[in-house]
Amino acid sequence: MKKRLSRIWWALTALILFAPSWVLAAGGGGAPVVIVADTRKLDGIMAWWANMYNESHLEFMILTVLIIPTVGVIFGILADIVMSWIGIDLKSRELAEH
Amino acid sequence: MDWLYILMPIAGVKIFWPGLIILGVGVGIIGGFFGMGGAWMVTPGLNILGFPMAFAIGTDIAHMAGKSLISTLRHGKFGNVDYKLGLIMLVGTVVGFEVGAQMIMWLERLGSVEVVVRWIYIALLTFIAWTVFHDVGKRRAKERAAAAKGEVLAAGATGVEWHKTLHKIKIPPMVTLHAAGITCSAWLPIIVSFLTGWLAGILGIGGGLIRMPALIYLVGCPTHVAVGTDLFEVAISGLYGAATYTYKGRTELVAALIMLVGAAIGAQVGAVATKYIKGYGIRIAFGLAVIGCAVSILLKLVQPWLPAYKTLLNNASTVLVLSLVSLMSLYIFVRMVQGAKKELAMKKQK
Repeated sequence: MKKRLSRIWWALTALILFAPSWVLAAGGGGAPVVIVADTRKLDGIMAWWANMYNESHLEFMILTVLIIPTVGVIFGILADIVMSWIGIDLKSRELAEH
Repeated sequence: MDWLYILMPIAGVKIFWPGLIILGVGVGIIGGFFGMGGAWMVTPGLNILGFPMAFAIGTDIAHMAGKSLISTLRHGKFGNVDYKLGLIMLVGTVVGFEVGAQMIMWLERLGSVEVVVRWIYIALLTFIAWTVFHDVGKRRAKERAAAAKGEVLAAGATGVEWHKTLHKIKIPPMVTLHAAGITCSAWLPIIVSFLTGWLAGILGIGGGLIRMPALIYLVGCPTHVAVGTDLFEVAISGLYGAATYTYKGRTELVAALIMLVGAAIGAQVGAVATKYIKGYGIRIAFGLAVIGCAVSILLKLVQPWLPAYKTLLNNASTVLVLSLVSLMSLYIFVRMVQGAKKELAMKKQK
């Protein structure tokens, strides 16, 4: 039993260590599919947003990555204010058990 | 009723926006409570609302990053986040995830990768569910044994104690993790995070479903700290995932922001609910969520053998996932309201 377990461990270790080289040897995935946003029905900020998507995915990505956490923090703070207003203690918690 | 629908600028589909908020609330509650992103719940939900699959995954990851950040901030204030542990594990998670994702591309060339992945998923979820309930059973047995002796089991006592064996491995450097209250070899969280990241990469999921129990049973974190630290990981890896998916043009930010409105409320409710529910209560609910997830995947897996019932099984799987989200979030919400009421009543008495 011990011998078998040891063999399994060695096989797993080898799999983990060699996996990256096998993967590199096999090459990457297929060609990516390009999606173009239809801006004809859009106007204002929505049209600007869709145009940016069509023109530069990099700019689109940078703005998305900046907007998501910012909006998350703003909404989080707003929810905090509401919960504090209700009267819930949001700063401490008694550790009941493991 | 046209005002209830909004045209998504990138995907070009009209979406029922209140549905996005409801989905955000539900998944926010569950995510904040269990410490996971919940991609397995959101992706089918977005798909039902009319999103093409290509956009469903990217949009889900983008909202997940924001939602997890909100939950992490809340859990951080409760002292539930071990930032040192989270940062150590981040290295292993990213490397492991990339190796796993590349392995999938390699496996794709060999053939039926999807079926293999789903079976691995089922085996893994079965193992996690077994571990959770085995742990709960063992702790109850300890409680009974202590009661028979006329003693009370210590609040920090656990059923399964695999972490104690792993803590005996003292390969330097050793680290002390204050929030988690453990001292172990730095290699333990690195290896655990590499393995969980690797599995997450293979399965194409965020990893919270695997990392949360791994933090409890292998690293030895208390349940609440495992939830908070896992959310910290999800927030960072979610942001990385959002960046890569957006660069590939697969994110609908408008939908992610609408979902965030609901998720902001839900994440707070879920995180605050952990104040009022004991660690083992969280573990049991988590085990039930894992079983639900496993059954929904199983319903998809048996379809090739039952082609006549394909639509029925597909619908049953979706209904199961959405019912699970609704029931669990309702349960957590009710417990949170009950706890808050009790807290407010106690404050008034003082």
